[in-house]
Formats: sequence, structure tokens, C-alpha cells
Amino acid sequence: MLFLLWLVPAAPFFGAVLLLLFGSRWPRKLVALVGAASIAVAAAAAGGIAARFLIAPPPGHALTLHLWTWFSTGGFHPEVALYLDPLSLVMILVVTFVAFLIHVYSIGFMAGDAGYSRFFAYMNLFVGSMVTLVLAGDLLLLYLGWEGVGLCSYLLIGFWYRDPANGRAARKAFILTRVGDTAFTIGILLLFHALGTLEIPQMLARAPAVWAPGSGFAMAAAALLLGGAVGKSAQLPLQTWLPDAMAGPTPVSALIHAATMVTAGVYLIARMHLLFALAPKVQMAVAIVGAATLLLAGCSAFVQTDIKRVLAYSTMSQIGYMFLALGVGAWPAAIFHFMTHAFFKALLFLGAGMVIHALRGEHDIFRMGGLRPVLPSAYWTFLIAGCSLAGLPIVTAGFYSKDWIIASAAGNTALWVAALVGALLTSLYIYRLIFLVFFGPRHMPVAVKPGLAMVIPAWVLAVLSIGGGFGRAHFAALVTQAAVGAESSALTSGLASLAFLAGLVLAWAWWKRAAVARPAPTFVERFWYAGWGFDWLYDRLFVRPAMSAAAIGRGDFIDGFYRGIARWFGAASRALSRTESGNLRWYAAAIAAGTALFLAIAVFL
Amino acid sequence: MIRDALALAAILFGLGLVGVLVRRNILFVLMSVEVMLSGAALAFIAAGARWGQPDGQVVFLFILAMAAAEVSVGLALLLALYHQYNTLDTNVASRMKG
Repeated sequence: MLFLLWLVPAAPFFGAVLLLLFGSRWPRKLVALVGAASIAVAAAAAGGIAARFLIAPPPGHALTLHLWTWFSTGGFHPEVALYLDPLSLVMILVVTFVAFLIHVYSIGFMAGDAGYSRFFAYMNLFVGSMVTLVLAGDLLLLYLGWEGVGLCSYLLIGFWYRDPANGRAARKAFILTRVGDTAFTIGILLLFHALGTLEIPQMLARAPAVWAPGSGFAMAAAALLLGGAVGKSAQLPLQTWLPDAMAGPTPVSALIHAATMVTAGVYLIARMHLLFALAPKVQMAVAIVGAATLLLAGCSAFVQTDIKRVLAYSTMSQIGYMFLALGVGAWPAAIFHFMTHAFFKALLFLGAGMVIHALRGEHDIFRMGGLRPVLPSAYWTFLIAGCSLAGLPIVTAGFYSKDWIIASAAGNTALWVAALVGALLTSLYIYRLIFLVFFGPRHMPVAVKPGLAMVIPAWVLAVLSIGGGFGRAHFAALVTQAAVGAESSALTSGLASLAFLAGLVLAWAWWKRAAVARPAPTFVERFWYAGWGFDWLYDRLFVRPAMSAAAIGRGDFIDGFYRGIARWFGAASRALSRTESGNLRWYAAAIAAGTALFLAIAVFL
Repeated sequence: MIRDALALAAILFGLGLVGVLVRRNILFVLMSVEVMLSGAALAFIAAGARWGQPDGQVVFLFILAMAAAEVSVGLALLLALYHQYNTLDTNVASRMKG
């Protein structure tokens, strides 16, 4: 069964190729079938592999499947190899399964769209790239998946490319993540230079022997990898692309936020956690970045008016939790939170998609309201996901994963307090959203009700958002292969529950007041609304100088030289084209003159 | 004797060339091409006779066959031109200028 591992990335890629080549000529039902079935095959293969892995684990709880040598030059032989261990096993299970549900949902959501087959082709490619990233046994192959994910996010954020704003959002996402990717590339080169291999298990085995803890090389490599992770996972300071990435269709947002793309950074750090353990200062930086993003994004989420932007900031903040956990060395907690987050965040987006679909593309939460009786499925699933996100104690998955992270952070008081305040903020913004959208008077008529293809995946995810959090001690034992349990303490759990309750009550109080009269936004609210002014700052610091430098460089002498060459060839072409008069007798005369000329040369010279 | 024959061949060739260049009617252009071919063929015959070799006459037969083929293609083009433009003037068919 385990040798079927290659099927997990291959099936989505095969689906993407089929759809790209033939999809435009196929009927929509066939497109939907191929698009969803390829992910279903991958998910089924992942499920079978997981069962096999748990019943009869391979020696050392890890398995490397060498497919072929990518290329061979000098002393460098990167392999196309898949590496399966409990960490990548959890990742592929969650990624393929959640992606499958999102694909099924998309069949309903995208039903009327002109780019139906293009959409499914990109989505399949996206999942395939992510699975490649996760399963890569070689850092270079991981980088290929990493870039594939970046490309697909660009294609899908700009999916409705007729609106220039969407194209801008797609470019912004691509360029900002590219900043991080550059750091990641340098990090890969540095690691290869120092360790002589890019095979991940070997690298991690060699690193402690080569570097002492806290050595400069290890710090530099870890910091560069962190740069890559920060870009992909939308953490400070490269976080500004994520809210704009909402320009894509809602299932794309669900896929980006739950299963693919933004969790890639978390995975990278979890995968390389031994390296980060050698660089304690960088590890601390991971925690600080996470905590800062957690709080900043939580505040921003509270003042957004676009339903999808609230969820975007929410994702940033939840990924901040995962970074916080990674920073304090509790990577199993981060991966556990990744899993529960995948369930409830995908569900939140699917619910938001149902609402947007039902209101014919309305995104403004202040124009929604009172949708509880008319969209019961959307309401209940959204509520369950919201409770899981906010951490409703005892019954939801989100509570357990967040509790684990907060308990892990207890060693550092500042981080611990930040995590608790983050829990309060989370509860506050998500209930504000739920009250505004589903309670109170209705402002807009509902145009279409969601079909079964949209409702069923939502309910499956709702079950997972509740039940996905149990058994975290087994989870910890599985991914670490050691007899460690999940950390938790009564004090932390109590305070987290209190934070949840306080957020709920405050959100209720805020909504009661806002329902009467919507107050004009204060300066702080406007500041938070604009994402703490990062866009403004980057625009002044980087975008405008680059644009003006480009404007100056337009007419310099190098350009003049090449323009001159182009002009010369243009003139020569026009002169020669005049000889093509189309006049038969001129051609004959030219032939005769040419012959006479060559004869003269042959005879007289 | 070869001198006279070659002179005659050159005159024939030159006349044909002038005809090709100055005539606008495609029928006369084709006829002028035939005259040019005759000039070339005559030169081969004369050279063959001068050195007592059969090659000159062989090449003449080739030229004859080639001329027949050329005329058939040329006349087909002529008919096509006439169908298209209702004239035999080659200047009319100059639409493919660059």
C-alpha cells in the first residue's frame, strides 16, 4: 500500500493536465467529475496509506520512495524522492481531504462561471503542488512544490482577470511571496554549501554534527528559511498580500487558507525544526513574529467590513498562533492547530461563500443581517466553525488545539499573555461577524439557496470542526514518536475559556450598540482597517521609489543604444520592402541585372 | 562559323529579354521567354557542332521539353489572370507588394 504514495501527487497533476488539454471541449459534468475525482483518488490513496502506516509502520516510522534522479551534475544529484513520516502523513491527509471537500463545493459554487474547466485545472495543480511540497524528500523538490503553490495562487487570485484590481492583487501576492522565496533560495544554497546534501533526513541528521547550537551559520540558515516561511504564510512583515488575495473566487480562498499555500511556511519550519533548535535566537524570532501577527491581525479583523477580509485577517492571526507554537518548540501543537484550523477555516469560507452566493456577490457585512432563518445550513455550519475558531470550551476542536499552544507558551510570560489576548480578540471578531451577518433585521433578499454540492461538504467539515480536536495526546505521540502528551494546564484552559466568554459578551455588547446606530470610525479603527498602515508604508518605501527609478531608467543610454538598433532595422526593412513592388517586369529585370553582374564578375575578375 | 551562330544566339536572347522587360501583356512576355530559350538552345547546338559532341543536341532536347512544360504552366497562369482581372496586363497583378 505504501508504494502507492506516488499516486497522491500524481493524481491531481494528471487531472490538471487532462483539464488543461481537453477541459475546454468537455461538457461541464465531465470537467467537474475529473476535477473532483482526481483529488478523491489522492485522498483515498492518502487514507489507505495512513491506515497502513498506523497498523504496520515502516522501520523508523519513515519511508523514502526514490522515484528517479532529477539531474546529475558535478557532485550534485538531487533526487525526486517522496518522504513519508508522521508529519507529512498528517499533512497529506488533511490537505487532500479538505481539498476534496472544497472541490465538491466548487462544483456548486462555480456552476455558472465561464472559466469552469480552467478553474478546476488550476485547483488540481494547486493541490498537486502542495502535496509535492509536503512529500518532498529533497529540499530542491520541496522548493519546486513551493514555487508551484506560488504560481497557482497567482493564477487563482487573478482568476477573474477581466477586473484589473484582481490582476493587481494577484501580482501583489506573487511579488510579496517572492521576497520571501528569495531568502529561502539563499537559505537552500547555504544549507547545501555547509551540509553537502539537500536530502532532508540526511541534512537534519548532519546539522547537529556540523554546527554547535547558536552558531552563526545555523542562525543564518534558519533565519533565511524563516524569511521564506514568513512570505508564504503571510506573517509580519510580508503579510499584506493575504487580505488582497480575497479577490479570487471563495473556494480558492478556502483552499489557500485551509489546505495549501499559507500553511506551507508552518510546514517548512516544522519539517526543519531540528535546524531551528540549533538557532535559539531565530526560534525566538519565530515566536515573536507569530505573536505580533496574531495581535495585529486580530485587531484588523475586528474592524473589517468585507466578510472575506475578516476571515483573511483571521487566518493571518491563526497562522500567528502556529508560528508562536513553532517558536516555543511545540511543533506538534502547531501541526495540530494546522489540522483543526484547516477544518474550521475551510468551513468558514464555505459558509461565507454560501452567503455571498445567496446575496449575489454582496461582501459588505453591514448590508447583510438576519440570514439565520433563510440560510439555516449556512448559519449552523458557520456558527460551528466560528465556535471552533473562537475556542468554545470542551466541545470544539479549536479549543483543544489553541489550548495546547497557549499552554506550550506558558514558559514565556509575554508570549503567553499575547496568546491569551489573541484568544479574546478571536472570539470578539468572529462573533461580531456572526451577529452582523446572521442576526438582527434582514437588509437584503436572498436570491439563491445553496445546492447540495455546497451544503454536504460544509456539514462534513462541521463534524470535523467539532470532533477533530479529540485525542491530541495520541496525535502528539504519533508525530513525535515519543511518549509525550499534549501540554495543558487547568489555569491556561480556564483563562482561555474566560477569554472566549469575554469576547463573546463584548461582541454581543458591541453589536447591540452598533445595531442602533453605526458610529463613525475613529482614527484607530481606520488605522486597523488599513492593516496597521503597512500597505501605505510599503507603498512609500518600496513601490514608489522603484516606480520612479524605473521611470528615470526608461530613457538612459543603454536603452537608447538598443532602440537605435531597432530603429535601424526598421528603416532597413522598410527600404527592402519597397523593392517588393509586386511588379513582374521589375523582378525579371532584377534577375537579368543580377545575372549580368555575376557573369561580369566571373569573366573579368 | 561558331562565331556567327553565337552572335545570332546572343541577339535572339537579347531580343527575348527586352521583350520580357518591356511587354506588359503576359502572352507576349511568355512568347519572349520562348525566344530567350531559343537563343540559349541555339548556342548549345552550335557548340555541339563545333566540338563534334552529341551533348549539345541532348541539352537542346531537354530545353525543348522544359519549354513545353513552361508554356503549359504559363498558359494556365494566363487563364487564371484573365479570370481574375479580365485583362492580361501583368501590372494589375501586383497586389503582393511588400
